[in-house]
Amino acid sequence: MTMEELFRQVTQKFYNDDQPKEPDFKCPRCQKTTPAKTMQENMLVCPVCGYSSRLTARDRLRLTCDKDSFTETEAGMTSLNPIDFPDYEEKIADLREKTGLAEAVVTGICTIHNERCVIAVMDSHFMMASMGSVVGEKIARAFELAGNEGLPIVIFTASGGARMQEGLVSLMQMAKTSGAAAKFSEKGGLYITVLTDPTTGGVTASFASLGDVIIAEPKVLIGFAGRRVIEGTIKQQLPEDFQSAEFMLKNGFVDMIVERRNMRRTIAHLIRLHRGEVR
Amino acid sequence: MMDGIITPYDRLTLIHHHERPTVRDYIPMIFTDVYELHGDRLYSDDKAIFGGIGRLDGIPVTIIAEVKGRDLNENKEVNFAMPHPEGYRKALRLAHQAEKFHRPVINFIDTPGAYCGVEAEERGQGEAIARCLYEFMQLRTPVISVVLGEGGSGGALALGVCDELCMLENAIYSVISPRGFASLIWKDAGRERDACDIMHITAEDAVALGVAEQIIPESEGGAHTDPEITAENIHRSLSISLKDKMSKDIDELLLSRYNRFRSVGEFTQMDTTVDQGG
Repeated sequence: MTMEELFRQVTQKFYNDDQPKEPDFKCPRCQKTTPAKTMQENMLVCPVCGYSSRLTARDRLRLTCDKDSFTETEAGMTSLNPIDFPDYEEKIADLREKTGLAEAVVTGICTIHNERCVIAVMDSHFMMASMGSVVGEKIARAFELAGNEGLPIVIFTASGGARMQEGLVSLMQMAKTSGAAAKFSEKGGLYITVLTDPTTGGVTASFASLGDVIIAEPKVLIGFAGRRVIEGTIKQQLPEDFQSAEFMLKNGFVDMIVERRNMRRTIAHLIRLHRGEVR
Repeated sequence: MMDGIITPYDRLTLIHHHERPTVRDYIPMIFTDVYELHGDRLYSDDKAIFGGIGRLDGIPVTIIAEVKGRDLNENKEVNFAMPHPEGYRKALRLAHQAEKFHRPVINFIDTPGAYCGVEAEERGQGEAIARCLYEFMQLRTPVISVVLGEGGSGGALALGVCDELCMLENAIYSVISPRGFASLIWKDAGRERDACDIMHITAEDAVALGVAEQIIPESEGGAHTDPEITAENIHRSLSISLKDKMSKDIDELLLSRYNRFRSVGEFTQMDTTVDQGG
């Protein structure tokens, strides 16, 4: 099974909000099955092993922002077809309909425990949240908005990497987003990254790795190269925890692992600590 | 090659030619007083990336390059030009050194991609590349990059955040290798040729997409037929670009460097109320 198929299998299980009865959740980490209702009550975290499952952008915003505080920016920005890739427009149109999203990232302004911030949430249900022109542009604009408004920025990353269908243009989005992060940092802004399942490829190798504080959710996949590619290179099985949040913490690329139920509070505390106020 | 028309796949074949010159061939033909500088000061010395100082037309410059081997033994030594994180960290160390001494940086790109392996992940391949993008974007000295052969993915882009990107005539620049693309999109790595046809990976494509500025001609039939002529052409392009970039105010240079990337992307705003198409 390719990475893409694997992702699809996991995400299809999940993208069923509009159907009356949700199927049980089978954890891709521990393989245990949990009723959908139990998962909902547990913020979609596997109660058996603690794996923080993939959320839709809508669910993430609901679980993160103060009630009714979120205002979307750049809604409706959509991809063109920069390298005339066959059937790309159709694929995008199809995904827009299936997911109700215009693209793989949602950006806006919200408050989290009354702390105002710019927020960006990537949604792996939209083409594995691969980074093309729109993801790159919306992330860059989110940094610019935060810089102009003097607000901190919180980005929930998830991505299969660069968007193949946009070729070289998608590769350049890595430089664009990293540059936007650099410009924002020059202004003294706070950038908090939350790495969620899965954060890989060109997103790991750009803005996801550049936060002032880098948080990861428990048990999520974080890495640069695909597991299968590496197994193909070294011709041996990889250890269980390879490319997990815990692996990244151990190797020094993540500041902290935060459980979903503590995420709001942690982000708000971090924002307050970076304001320099003495209290 | 049919009827004298050179296809993207022909170019791929040319850059994989076993006699294609590597940066080790070009450096002595282009620069003088070259000293190689080793190591990232953190972990080790990655031979997949050359770092050094030298002179171009008498002007001191820093040279950073992805190194291909000329035979199997050399290639084993340089890991087939696939850098580990320490290679990118060496590049950054030398870039900052160049900034300190007001030396322009010349990057040579020639890699299938950053290395994909256990140790590379453990030492933060993603972070190492991200850091290059971030810091080269702000580096307060001119940066010129040249793609000599393969410009493979993030591993190439790490040395590609620059004020001007030049590509050799047959060089390619791509988000993934054509082979990797074929295997990902069609589950068939053998369809490399088809991948080349739709990926837009040639120097001309890169210029059309606003990613590269200059195409450097190779000797007739590809760089391997006459490395000296190709080196002369590289030298000429670098001389012109270098003079131009060194004459610019550094803040203006940084702004236009950022805008080179900021402006890449094609998107539109959907009208969410009335369906007007496109």
